[in-house]
This record gives sequence, C-alpha cells and structure tokens, in this order.
Amino acid sequence: MNRLSEFMLPPAKSTLAAETDALFHFINVTSIILLAGITFAIIYFSWKYRRRSEDDVTPVITHNNKLEITWSVIPLILVMIVFGWGFTGYLNLTTAPDDSYEIRVVGKSWLWEFHYETGHVSVNELHVPVNRPVKLIMSSDDVLHSFYIPDFRVKMDVLPNRYTSVWFEAIETGESIIYCAEYCGNAHSNMLATTYVHSVEDFETWLETAGSADDDMDPVELGEQLVTRNACDTCHSTDGTRLQGPSFQGLWGSEREMQDGEIVTVDENYVRESILEPNARITAGYDPVMPSYSGTLSDRQIDAIIEYLKTLQ
Amino acid sequence: MATNEENSNTKKLQVRRFKPEENPEKHYLNEEKGIWAWMTTVDHKKIGLLYLGSITFFFFVGGVLALLLRTELLTPAQSFIDADTYNQVFTLHGAIMIFFFLIPSVPAVLGNFVLPLQLGAKDVAFPRLNLASYYIYVIGAAFTLFAIFTGGVDTGWTFYTPYSATTSGNVMAMTFGVFILGFSSILTGLNFIVTIHKMRAPGITWNKLPLNLWGLYATSLIQILATPVLAITLLLLTMERLLQIGIFDPALGGDPVLYQHFFWFYSHPAVYIMIVPGFGIISEVISTFSRKVIFGYWAIALSSLAIAFIGFLVWGHHMFTAGQSSLANMVFSFLTFLVGIPTGIKIFNWLATMYRGSIDMKTPMLYAQVFLFLFTIGGFTGIMLGALSVDIHLHDTYYVVAHFHYVMMGGMVMAFLAGLHYWWPKMFGKMYSEFWAKISCAILFVGFNMTFLPQFVMGAQGMPRRYFNYIDQFQSFHQFSTIGAYVMGVAFVIMAIYLVHSLLKGKRASSNPWGSRALEWQISSPPSLHNFHHVPVIVNGPYDYHKPMSEFQLGIAASHNGHHAEEAVSVSQSEKEQA
Repeated sequence: MNRLSEFMLPPAKSTLAAETDALFHFINVTSIILLAGITFAIIYFSWKYRRRSEDDVTPVITHNNKLEITWSVIPLILVMIVFGWGFTGYLNLTTAPDDSYEIRVVGKSWLWEFHYETGHVSVNELHVPVNRPVKLIMSSDDVLHSFYIPDFRVKMDVLPNRYTSVWFEAIETGESIIYCAEYCGNAHSNMLATTYVHSVEDFETWLETAGSADDDMDPVELGEQLVTRNACDTCHSTDGTRLQGPSFQGLWGSEREMQDGEIVTVDENYVRESILEPNARITAGYDPVMPSYSGTLSDRQIDAIIEYLKTLQ
Repeated sequence: MATNEENSNTKKLQVRRFKPEENPEKHYLNEEKGIWAWMTTVDHKKIGLLYLGSITFFFFVGGVLALLLRTELLTPAQSFIDADTYNQVFTLHGAIMIFFFLIPSVPAVLGNFVLPLQLGAKDVAFPRLNLASYYIYVIGAAFTLFAIFTGGVDTGWTFYTPYSATTSGNVMAMTFGVFILGFSSILTGLNFIVTIHKMRAPGITWNKLPLNLWGLYATSLIQILATPVLAITLLLLTMERLLQIGIFDPALGGDPVLYQHFFWFYSHPAVYIMIVPGFGIISEVISTFSRKVIFGYWAIALSSLAIAFIGFLVWGHHMFTAGQSSLANMVFSFLTFLVGIPTGIKIFNWLATMYRGSIDMKTPMLYAQVFLFLFTIGGFTGIMLGALSVDIHLHDTYYVVAHFHYVMMGGMVMAFLAGLHYWWPKMFGKMYSEFWAKISCAILFVGFNMTFLPQFVMGAQGMPRRYFNYIDQFQSFHQFSTIGAYVMGVAFVIMAIYLVHSLLKGKRASSNPWGSRALEWQISSPPSLHNFHHVPVIVNGPYDYHKPMSEFQLGIAASHNGHHAEEAVSVSQSEKEQA
C-alpha cells in the first residue's frame, strides 16, 4: 500500500497532506471496486448471453423499481461522503492559523519573487521554517499564474487584481519543487522555484544573513550569480541560444535594432533601462514580456550584472 | 384489426405493411449528381455527410497536432519544436478538437442523418436553415484557419484573460471564428427541437421516442441556451482587445475571474453538448445488439434532461483554485456530485439491458462496451476532481488532462465510432470488414489506455499541464504515453483504410443488417432521397424486440402524397406471412 501510494502521489510533507491523500485513496479504492464490478458484468454478460441463434427470444424487462432505487441511492450516499470529506479538507486548507508566518509572493512572467519581513527579496527560492504555519499572500504583476507545491498539496491561482493566499505547515526539512500551474506563456514550464524548509534556527540565521554575503564578492562573479538567482537565465541564454529574450552572449557593446526601427548601442544606460523599465524599448523580433526588476535589484546589483555582461563576448 | 385501433382514440388509420426495397437502384446518393447538387442540397442526409467530411478533416488535423505534442514531449527539454510553436499546437489541438470536431460530431453528422429517419419524416423542419448552418460552420472554420496562418494563437483553447488580451498572435480571428461557429450550433439545435416537436410520424408519442432523440433533444436545449453566452463572452473579449474597454483585463479595470465565469458558463454545458448525444447512440446500439427492450426507458430519457439541467449549474468546478469564495466552491462541488448520479444510473441501465439479452458482439457493440469501460473511468476520476481538497492538488495537472480525455475521447469519440459503424450501412449501403473493424477497435483501446493511464499517475505526482519542458522524473511516463498515441494513430489509419475500402468495394448492405426494430432500419439502405414514400405509423416502442418485425413497418395505406405504392396488404395478412 505504501509503495503504491509512493507511486501515485508525491511525498506528503505538510500537516494537511495526509488528509487529502486519505480521500484520494478512498475514492480510488471505491472506484476500483465499482469499476471491477462493472467490467465483470460487461464481460460476463457478453459471454453468457451471447447470441446463439437468430431466433433468440429475450425477456421483456422494462424496469425494476427496487433495483433502480438501490443503484441511485448507494452512489448518492457515496458521493455525499466524498463531498463532505472533500469540503472539510478544503476548509482546513483555506483557513490559515492566526499565528502564521507571513511571506509576500509576487508572480511575474516568468519568475516567483518572495518578500520577507526583513525586506529581503529572494527570486525562485522560498525559504520557510519547519513546524510553523506559513501563510503566503500572493499577487501577480502581469497575467494569471498559479502557485503549486505538490509536496504540500496546495495550489492557488495568483491574480493581477487581488490578493490570494495559501498556507501550509511543513513537517520535515528539505526541498520541494514549486510549479506555476496556470498557463502563462512561452516560459510557463520554466517558471519553477524551490521551497527550502529549514529548522527554525537555520531559518532565523538565513533571514539575518541573506543578501549580505554578496558584499565582498567580485562584481563579475556576483553578476553571474544574480543572473541565475533572479531567473534572468529563464529567458536570456549565455551561450547564444535564442529563448524568450535576446541571448546575453555578444550583447554588450553591440548595436541592436528596436521595434520602432531605432538603432541602440547596448551600453550601461540601455541595460539599466532594460532591467528597470524593460518594455520601454524592445528589440525587434521579441515580445514585450519582461517584468520590471525595479525594487528587486539594487543599483549595486545592476552594476554587477553589467560587469558580468561585459565578460560574455 | 387491433393494431389500427390502439393507434388513436379519435382517428382511425388504415395501415398496411411497407417492406423496404433491398439495394435500390435509385437512392439519395445517386438521385442528384454533381458537385453543385451536393453544395446546394437541402437533404438532411447529404448535409450530414458534408459535416462528416468536414469533421473527419478536422479530426485528422487535430490528431496530427496531438502526435506533434506527444513527440515533442518524448524528452524533458526541447525535442524538435520551440516553446512558442508548442503552445500554438496545443491551443489548436484543443480548439479544433472541441469546436470543430466534438461539438458538431454527433449532432451535426449522425443527428442530421438519423433524426428525420427516426421520426419518420422526410427532412428536418427547416432544411434550408440546415444547409445554412453547415455554411456558417465552414465560414467559422475558415476564420480559424486564417488565424492559424496569420500569427497563430497560443492562449490555450480557453482564451483566459489577461494573457489572451496581451499576447501577440491572431486571437481575434480565432475567437471570431468560434463566435461564428456558435451560430451554426444554435441553429442546428433549434432545427432539431422544432423537428422533434412537430414532425413525428403518427404514433410516435413521447414515450416511443427513440432514446437517441431524447439525447439529441437534451443536447439541442443546451446548445440554444448556452452557446449565446459564449458568443457574448467572445464579443466582450474582442471589444476589449479592439476598443480597450475594460471588462476582463485588470490593466483596464476589468476582472479576469469574471472571464472564467463567463467562459465556463458555456464551456461546461458544452461538455454535455459533446457527451449527451453519445448516450443516445449507446442506448440504440446496446438494445439493438442485445435484441432486447431497453431497461429503464424513462430513467435514461429523463437522466439526459437532468444532466442537461444540472450541467448548467456546475461551471464553477473549473475554478476551485481561481479565487472564488469558499461558499461558491462548496455549492459547485455539491452540484457536481449531483450530476454524477444520473450518469451512473445510465451505466447501470445499459448493463441491465444486456442482462439476459441475445448479445451479438458486432463492431458497434464492441465500441459501446469500450465506451462503458472508458467512460466509467472518466466518471470516477470526475468524482475525484469534484472533491474539493483533492482538486486543490490535482487542478491543472495531467490528472485533469487524462480525466477529460477519458470522458471526451474514451466516452464521446467511442460513442461516435459506435454510431458511425452502426449507421454506416444505412448511410452508404455498404458493409465494412468486420474483422479489421474489430482489430482496429482493439488497437485503439490498447493505445488509448497506454496514452492516458500514465497521465493520471503523472498528474497525481504533480506534473502540471501545458508544460513544454518538464522535470526528468516524469520522462518514462511521457514516453509511454507518446508510444500509446502512436498506437492510436495506427488504429485510425487502419480504420480509414477499411472504411474507404468499404465505400469502394464493400459488400452491399441489406436494409436492416442488425435486425433492429428502430424506424430508420425499416427503409432501404441507402434511403431514397425523401426517406419514406409512405407515412410511417408507429404502434410499438422502438425497442420492443418481443413484437414481430412486421409491426414496425406499417404505414398509412391510402396514398395521399403523390407516391403510388403497391397494392395494399392488411396487417393481419402480413403477420400471417411472418408466421
């Protein structure tokens, strides 16, 4: 049973996952029993009552009230059980405890931003403490996204015009994948993030030191890290491959034609503008889909990215 | 003459038996010749065949697109097409299969062909409107093809805002095509309702209406009531894109969740537009090949209407994670389970019809059994998705993809194929190779389960849908699924070959190769241009297999329609001949 469960479902790593899984298994087992009965009836009747001669006479059975009531009422009872079970599970899933630790989530095409109480922002990395309810307050900067952590059995659409939320309490430390589950364009399937569940102490330490480790790093090295950490590489390759946006390779210092025909030299000002106001000038042949990093990246971080771009010739 | 008297309390009809002419020289396929005669025909049978040609074309296109998708998914990263192309391909696969194949498949093809025949009518109530519906369908299709060749559409068949309002590509032409198509659907539904109400032959009371017509009747009601909402939605979407009026796009002050409500208010009933006529076909096929009275006639007939009605009230179950209120979620979840009950009742009724029947496992019956099995799986997985807490986990994953393919393809397409093989001899007067048809059905069954069973597991494991890339963990499932899709492709190629062979060199079919009691089998195969040269009179239910065949071939003896029939024979005489 456990092996079958492992085959069917991802590991259950939140307090509420087990309840969802129990209903999942209940419906599966009941369905398989009923399906087996129906399949048996199909095969048995097809063989037992196969046509023996063209003159076969069949009985006239137009209806049978007792039988029909039975096979209406039993399924009705079963689905009402499933309804009640599913609904109570759902209420638990949507009612976050009052003492939940709150993290702000912003979905952008195509990355996830996580804003912590300290003001720190991490991209595509969600850090949470173990054994503590965490409530995510979410919104989107552009189109619809959907925040989905299979290991925690939570999913919620992320909308541009209102806040939605999910909550969970992780029961073990480790990593869990985050997907975007609402189709959002070309890099929809690359809009992945990772949840890092830390012990409470580790989480406190991470929160205090996050971001400060960058201070004494070489600008080029920092730029390279920032490009990965902020999911720039979801859309901009560093090896010349064409993705959603122009490749970074050979970009620096080159002359590019914009959509309105203007020729632009890729210099410090253009890169800075492209990061903070990405849709101001779009390279010809590309769509205006990049989200703004204004408020996410500091000036010093943008400097580091520029230094890194210079090395990609 | 007892049969005459039970016919009516107020009016006595002189009836006699009309035996169908076998292999007639002149029939609807050759009475008028030339392409122009086909293009301008108002004959419901020919219009049905025009639709058959069109939906076969779209099924082929949609199928090839599906194979492209499955091939791309052989590897976790890019295999041979880029993300943008992939997104356009899955959008087109969905839009074409739903709007241009599934929705018109049973009503417009089989419904058009069979409905007047089962009513004993010479045509539908508004034959010209029927032809107009076909051309509206063609124009809608032309707009869609235009959209594909002028930038493509990458929004998914749901056109969710705000993505559909911002993406490049020709969303407008595509939505306009679907908008036009809706009118075809509405007009066909209207035509069918009027025909069923007004053109039933003497004796076809509501309790003698074939279940296929109950299915089409329920479908037509949904088409008329739900399709206008889609039209309104797409019109608003167009106004938003064209005139920048904020309705759905938050950037303009609109609300994207409103769009989802509008869209699913049509598109959930549309699921029933696709599946309910399938129920009708299955009822016909199972009783014919069991040669037995259908079990629970009224239960099957009324459950179709119940599904049509409740089907209007469950659209919100597509939006459990979309941000609607918990109360709305609860109500929609509850109502969703209520739809499951009439559907379950039908399954049990069909099984009870087979009990103690005389079962002849011909190809249509084989498809009906495949339908029962696959559709039951589709139904059970629907219960899974209706359960709120589980749906939170499964929503927008491959589990949903597998579920609706089990319902739409395992249910609807199998029912359509059952109907196609069932009425094929009537349509073309030719038989197909029973051997190859069964082989093809078996391969299709294996291929279908290979394709979609792994998707349930993938989805439950967390694989989201509409993913161009995926994580390595899912590769073996995807590869298995892709091989299954190729197997299905082989089955359809075999089907195309034996059906074409049947048209060209098939054995001639008798007027009633399956020994059915239904009215459409009591005229020659293929039927003459005007179906009946007499006014048929119905005294028994369409599934009264305990009554002699002669009682199902009655017509008004006095010829009053200008067609001079042979000398009248009384019913009692013909009954003696039978004995």
